[in-house]
Amino acid sequence: MSETATGRGWAEQDVRRELHSELLEINMGPQHPATHGVLRLLVRTDGEIVHGVTAHIGYLHRCAEKIAEGCDWRQWMVYTDRFDYLAPINMNFGYAVAVERMLGVQVPERAEHIRVICAELQRIASHLIAIGTFGLDMGAWTPLLYCFREREEILNILERLTGGRMLYNYFDIGGLRFDAYEGFERDVLDFVNIMEQKIPEYDTLLSYNKIFIERTADVGVIDVATCRAYGCTGPVLRGAGVPFDCRKDDPYSIYDRFEFDIPYGEGEQGTVGDCWDRYMVRMREMYESCRIIRQAVDALPGGPVKAEDLKKLVKVPQGSLYTRTESSKGEIGYHIFADGGSKPFRTKVRSPSFSNLHVIEKVGPGMMLSDLVATVGSLDIVLGEIDR
Amino acid sequence: MQVMTELFARIFGDGLSPVGLLVAGGLTMALVMSLVMALCAIVFTWAERKVAGFIQSRYGPMRVGRWHGVLQPVADMVKILGKEDIIPRDADKRLFQLAPFVIFVGSLMAWAAIPFAPGFIAADLDLGLFYIFAVSSAASIGILMAGWASNNKWSLYGAVRGVAQGVSYEIPLALACIPVVMITGSLNMNDIVIAQQGGIWRWHFLHDPFLFVSFLLYFVASIAEVNRGPFDLPETESELVAGYHTEYTGMRFAFFFLAEYANLFLVSCIATAVFLGGWQPVFGPVFLPGLVFVTKAVLLVLLQMWLRWTLPRLRVDQLMHVCWKVMVPLALVCVLGAGIWMLATGQAG
Repeated sequence: MSETATGRGWAEQDVRRELHSELLEINMGPQHPATHGVLRLLVRTDGEIVHGVTAHIGYLHRCAEKIAEGCDWRQWMVYTDRFDYLAPINMNFGYAVAVERMLGVQVPERAEHIRVICAELQRIASHLIAIGTFGLDMGAWTPLLYCFREREEILNILERLTGGRMLYNYFDIGGLRFDAYEGFERDVLDFVNIMEQKIPEYDTLLSYNKIFIERTADVGVIDVATCRAYGCTGPVLRGAGVPFDCRKDDPYSIYDRFEFDIPYGEGEQGTVGDCWDRYMVRMREMYESCRIIRQAVDALPGGPVKAEDLKKLVKVPQGSLYTRTESSKGEIGYHIFADGGSKPFRTKVRSPSFSNLHVIEKVGPGMMLSDLVATVGSLDIVLGEIDR
Repeated sequence: MQVMTELFARIFGDGLSPVGLLVAGGLTMALVMSLVMALCAIVFTWAERKVAGFIQSRYGPMRVGRWHGVLQPVADMVKILGKEDIIPRDADKRLFQLAPFVIFVGSLMAWAAIPFAPGFIAADLDLGLFYIFAVSSAASIGILMAGWASNNKWSLYGAVRGVAQGVSYEIPLALACIPVVMITGSLNMNDIVIAQQGGIWRWHFLHDPFLFVSFLLYFVASIAEVNRGPFDLPETESELVAGYHTEYTGMRFAFFFLAEYANLFLVSCIATAVFLGGWQPVFGPVFLPGLVFVTKAVLLVLLQMWLRWTLPRLRVDQLMHVCWKVMVPLALVCVLGAGIWMLATGQAG
């Protein structure tokens, strides 16, 4: 079926000359239900077949990196929340780790454990949205609502923990803003128990649905070479069959203490690196996150949640450092230049969705319009993080 | 129409001439049918939301009308009546204004040949089934008009998809009904229903294995014909925003909506009449025929809603693949098989 989709094999050039037809330029976005935010894809099509895609970004640019130069080190944490608004804790985590490494601060054990629990909960929440909206792009409405049902539980826990439902601002340089509430462990374990039972439900409803497989297998194949050329990370890279994950390959925080596997695409339903593989990597990562959360809750010690020897107005010693952590979308990197003052001299954020998105310009031509929507959905982009 | 003409004859006695009776009966029937159509659209918009809510573990409308939001469709209608009728500046005004009515009239006309109960049929045509397929094809013209006149690229996409899909799926739809016509020896809807008298085992879908397959083919093709999930490609919210009715507002949009739900009920009614015994009950003598008929059709509608809210959507080439390479050959095999079955069991005249 996929041979017909590409439209190769006809003498296309000849046909066009006879009919004097030309390509149709059409804007998908910035207001369009399939672009996951304010993204504009300029698509050149010949009927249903896509001949070229250009991604126009920048509609959500808020100068976050420049703002950092006017904030002190702790203040900028709030702005990191706003990058990937579907996984703000993962964004916080990266910045906190970056500054702590530059300061050489030891974060208390309890804070590290709670950080890991939060980050993994957030990863599950983010993947739930990725899976749900991907289903929605395929025309399956119901899985989205089921995903939101479970995500709601995570948001409830995080709300009780941090006070916010979307943007938490919970991490702090050298620890957490405040300790976890009483009964936090029980809530988390309850949720993990439910979550592990729900994943098979999604599998029966969506993952192994015949139509869903037809729509996603062999579609939007992104191979390792393309990933390398475009700097794709996260589920996109793992979907292409490379088990690379910063949590394992460049450990930060206390991830080296936990046992977990890194799921990667094996081309189960089609080619390695197709939409289905990327989708399934996320599905399996939710299991692994549950495993990490269990271990972290079991090992959760008591004690303080803030590094005590840290002043309110921290001053980072002169130098520059690139720190990368694994967010739900891929490698989020903070390259920070400090001049010894109380404010960053320059910050540069390497956002995973930015690199992942632009692959669409390479893999887009030749696919059908519906496949383009599927591929964009499978990349799981968040525009807040691309534009910053 | 017989029912109506008899009713008028009883009321007016000899006061009305036969022609007058015919006109009065016809007009009343047309009015009743339009009301049924509007009513089913209203009921089904509410039902769809509740079914979707039930499937998606939420409530759906709960506020308007105290009990489970029963008056929600009324509120929606009032809202939609109050909306501005916007015609895009670069649209082809005539075509743009006309398109919703072409679609609406197409489906309204098809209702004339649906036998709801013995004698309760607006036009008891000898070519009833043929007539229904013929007039419901008019919807494709309306879709193309709407898509082209909107002067919007997404609308055009939706229209082209809609027409391609509508024209393609009419073929398996009609082919699936041919075995029934062979068995009954008639295209008259009344005759087709009467031939299924005598309990569920006499219903056409259980007549022989080929007819059962035909029924399934008809059901699948009918979902595609009315552009609903998993075959809702012309409207594909995630790709084409809203398809050919993207640019429509107010009452014109409502007409598209009305026609969609009327069509949904229409194809279920045809399935009921042709394959599921029409007004014939599961067993026993004919009892409340109209209610039996509507119940069967509504169950089919609910089944279609269930499918819509469960399955993902096909891609456009896969849709055509299913139609031309799977369903059409299978329908032809069913026609052949049903013929052989008739010969073998000695039913052939």
